[in-house]
Amino acid sequence: MEKNKYKDLVNRHTPKENILGNGVTAFLIGGFMGMLAEFFIEFYSYILRISSKEAATFMIVTFIFAGCLLTCLGFFDRWVGKAKCGLIIPITGFAHAMQSAALEYRKEGLVTGIGANMFKLAGSVIIYGVVSAYAFGLLRILLFGVQ
Amino acid sequence: MNYVNAFLFAGIICFIGQLILDNTKLTPGHVTTIFVVVGAFLDVFNIYDKLVLWAGGGALVPITSFGHMLIHGAMQGVGDYGFMGLCVGMFNLTSAGIMSAIVISFFLSLIFKPRD
Repeated sequence: MEKNKYKDLVNRHTPKENILGNGVTAFLIGGFMGMLAEFFIEFYSYILRISSKEAATFMIVTFIFAGCLLTCLGFFDRWVGKAKCGLIIPITGFAHAMQSAALEYRKEGLVTGIGANMFKLAGSVIIYGVVSAYAFGLLRILLFGVQ
Repeated sequence: MNYVNAFLFAGIICFIGQLILDNTKLTPGHVTTIFVVVGAFLDVFNIYDKLVLWAGGGALVPITSFGHMLIHGAMQGVGDYGFMGLCVGMFNLTSAGIMSAIVISFFLSLIFKPRD
């Protein structure tokens, strides 16, 4: 009886706390990434005197470069273990997926290794993005006509 | 104020992603794919444009903006070239991200050795 009660208590409490903690960590790290992105946009548009739209492109390239470099140096995998989705959902996760696939298959050669496997993890993002954008684009043309 | 909005929006997106990851058996690859499709869907009724205006960089850095930029480029192409513009303009806005990801990860994978 006591054991069952204890088990019930453990079952009720352990995963819930864990999930909430993970969620809060992801919220804080992800929010920090968003703030960093905003900072980079304002920084680039101030330094290079360009519009914030062009600065956004610079910001994305910066984030991708940082994600790739940190993956190569081995920091990123350790940080993802702690930060969870806070680093996967931002564009750095996309860079990390490509870079780790390229690193992993490098020993199989330049063409059959890197060339064939670079999009192994990140390819689904591009493929489903393009397919859904095509479908929703058709929907938008049907709904609002060609603008 | 812009920074607070950016923090809130990017944080909430990551929080939702973490909830999906923890409560289902989906992998991170599934979650990012779902978010891209959601980002493309939100642009059908111009919702994501308003979110970008509100949150700035906070709305541009999550992977949802990838879907948003795909359909945004496609609709710009439709405006310029008619129906075939859907194919012409699809990658117009995202090409900077995809191109730099390919080139950077190619050269870095030549320089660095994999660690396990």
